[in-house]
Amino acid sequence: MNAAPLGAAFKPDKSRFMFAALQPLVETCKQTAFDLHFRHAKNWKAAEEGRVLVGYMPIYFPREVVHASRGLAAGILGGGDRKQIIKGDAYYQSYICHMPRGIIEMALDDNLNDFDGFIFPSICDVIRNLSGMFRMLGKGKFVKYMDFPQNFLPAVGGVFYKKELLHVQEEIFKINGYRPSTDELNHSIALYNENRALTEDIYDIRQQFPWRLSFEDLYFILRAGLAMPVEEHNNILSQVLDHIRQDIGEPMDKIKVVVSGAFCEQPPPGVIKSIEIAGCYVVDDDLLLGSRWIQGDIDADSDDPIGAIVDAYLKQSTFSSTVYDVGNPKESRLIDLARRRQADGILFAAPSFCDPALLDRPQLQKACDDAGVRYISFQYSENTGQFKVIKEQVGAFADSIKLWEEELVN
Amino acid sequence: MSKEVVKEKSMVLQKEMLAGLFKELSQAHETGKKVVYTFVPGNLSELIHAFDMLPVYPEINALQSGMRKNSGAFIREAEKAGHSEDVCTYVKCDIGMMLNGNIGPTGEKLPPPDLLLLSYTGCFTFMKWFENLERYYPGVPVAMLHTPYQEGGKITQEMRDYMVEQLRLEVIPKMEKVSGKKFDERKLAGILENSARAEDLIVKIFDTTKNKPSPIDAYFAGVYYIGPINTGFRGTPEAVIYYETLYEEILERVRLGLGPITPEGEMEEERFRLVVEGPPNWTSFREFWKLFYDMGAVVVASSYTKVGGMYDYGFRHDPARPLESLGEYCMNCYTNLNLPQRIDLLEKCITEYQADGFLVNSIKSCNSFSAGQLLMMRHLEERLGIPVGFIESDLVDPRYFSYSNIKNRLDSFFQMLGQRKVIKGQLEIV
Ligand code: SF4
Ligand code: SF4
Repeated sequence: MNAAPLGAAFKPDKSRFMFAALQPLVETCKQTAFDLHFRHAKNWKAAEEGRVLVGYMPIYFPREVVHASRGLAAGILGGGDRKQIIKGDAYYQSYICHMPRGIIEMALDDNLNDFDGFIFPSICDVIRNLSGMFRMLGKGKFVKYMDFPQNFLPAVGGVFYKKELLHVQEEIFKINGYRPSTDELNHSIALYNENRALTEDIYDIRQQFPWRLSFEDLYFILRAGLAMPVEEHNNILSQVLDHIRQDIGEPMDKIKVVVSGAFCEQPPPGVIKSIEIAGCYVVDDDLLLGSRWIQGDIDADSDDPIGAIVDAYLKQSTFSSTVYDVGNPKESRLIDLARRRQADGILFAAPSFCDPALLDRPQLQKACDDAGVRYISFQYSENTGQFKVIKEQVGAFADSIKLWEEELVN
Repeated sequence: MSKEVVKEKSMVLQKEMLAGLFKELSQAHETGKKVVYTFVPGNLSELIHAFDMLPVYPEINALQSGMRKNSGAFIREAEKAGHSEDVCTYVKCDIGMMLNGNIGPTGEKLPPPDLLLLSYTGCFTFMKWFENLERYYPGVPVAMLHTPYQEGGKITQEMRDYMVEQLRLEVIPKMEKVSGKKFDERKLAGILENSARAEDLIVKIFDTTKNKPSPIDAYFAGVYYIGPINTGFRGTPEAVIYYETLYEEILERVRLGLGPITPEGEMEEERFRLVVEGPPNWTSFREFWKLFYDMGAVVVASSYTKVGGMYDYGFRHDPARPLESLGEYCMNCYTNLNLPQRIDLLEKCITEYQADGFLVNSIKSCNSFSAGQLLMMRHLEERLGIPVGFIESDLVDPRYFSYSNIKNRLDSFFQMLGQRKVIKGQLEIV
């Protein structure tokens, strides 16, 4: 429980100033993150001959591979609540999640022109078949469905995955004729290591002092990283860290929660905000899971950098509904995470009609029951416009925890 | 309809085969036979036989529960246990059945698994399904075989290698451990010979719809025809005998110029020839079928009958390359083809079997089939100028079978096909 410490109301002015100083940066991130025309990324590409722009769908893709080939891998997360769906509904029945129809709409509306290729990670049948649609529509110079292995033996799944990554390199080579050296690949790995480390630092600070950076702002900052060069994003993350290392903001009487299940189709910002307004500090989440997929660093000093990326995938991947959890059950990993973050409870928030997330729910919830971790569950759609019900539900959950003043994560 | 339905010899054979399997399963505890739970698309029946184990197919149990009107209660049971309304109903039906004592379709209790063989093709939900089962059967080993998707419209050598290595290093060692038997490649090769023979026959059987009238319905009756090859009998001599018998019966129908057999007897007049995409509805299967045969509509090809294996383009299990061909089999199932391949295949069916129309039965809870069907329809309509129809239902959730909606849509579709025929006829006269 995070009761406001004594004297919290008498913050020095400096704190408020520091807090406000972050806002222009957050605002820029927000613009970049939700620019459905990806202007920032397109401008980057246009600035130099030979650069390529690759779009990848949720959840994870090792962007290092594209970066080293003079490319930018930009995350495409759908149209959210900012894209009116007119044509997309003619591609997807009503009982399929919302995200792919926004992506198709963007592709048909030319939002994704200037992208050289598209990568569809193997997370579910909807994304898989979306890759076929892009092929049929002739979008990009290449369409690659990335079959991430579900076999984690280096000699089996590792060998297969490496060839998948080499295919991507080859596709980019066909476009710009560039093959990265070992050093260049290692450099790219180091940059993304830095990106992940900075992000984790932010999460670590927020765990203790979540009021220093709202979850909504954090979301904008991280999401912007999917649409800009990593060097730039690292710079932003460093600035954010400089800010939140200071004693800024004022703690409020909110509970700490982990949000789970929202790894693919993203909730609209209104839902994210509602969770906070309703009385929760989100101290961990899987919203932009791909950016935090690899836990810890990838070897950036290897003679075989692609091999290092593969190795990291096999051994250092986070847990997710889209990965077979051989002998390392995701429910224990979720409970561990909640404990590590000293969370008071878990919000299971998943997109409607999302088989991977929803089929995991009963097992995850059972694990919470067994471990005495409180939770609530709801579903959303990226274009949900009504937040009242979610706000009330989350509010009641937060109140019930505050009321009982119990230590919920034992 | 002209005649009383007389059970053909092949029907009797199939019934006996299935009853035998379920009997064996019910006695597995006493006989010590090990039980493998696995899936139809990408099933490794031959490998299971090579280790003298017995297969259980949860989807088959689910569809049988649907046909026997038990699925609604099972689904509600799973939803009570926390499963969402939005997810695949096969999974929920299976979990509900398990929570209800695991009584199988024949009324006998199914033995628990000794091995969960997570060999799945063309659908991610299968993985989630067995992750759930793994929790319900703690300690039961799981052998995972991940089938790469034909994203580029072909099977590459590295895909083949990946499959073979998984079989060699993951699947076979686990099967050896569970069965207590060493892998015998020669035995497997012998079984594969039978598979190839059954596969030759099933291709010939589904090719008979080229005849006019078509002697069979390749969807409603087709789902029975694929029973043995999909439910653990592929690779057995019984399956070969079954398909030889069935083929003979169908050839006889062709010789006599007869149309398909329906639950109410022979269809006398073939008015419309259709190609259907998507699985059928099981909860109201008879009613659903009747909507077609009452209108003289016969399905001359369906994608659903290719979901447990696709033999149309010449793939056969190959005794000379046992593991490679098992891998290729898995990668070749219908839902593992990319969208352009699926559309090409449907186009081939429509053209070769001279279909008058193309119909999609979109299943609410099956993303593997449903995502992309609207695009398929549009492309086929554009390419072939053929009337297309669209209906929605579910596999085993009775809440999503709306008879009147489906009937209305089918009525308009058949009306459109009828008008088209009249116009075509008039043009031919001119
Ligand atoms: S939201 Fe779920 S079902 Fe939809 S594309 Fe993402 S993982 Fe697939
Ligand atoms: S989603 Fe479709 S293909 Fe997959 S298990 Fe369910 S019914 Fe079968």
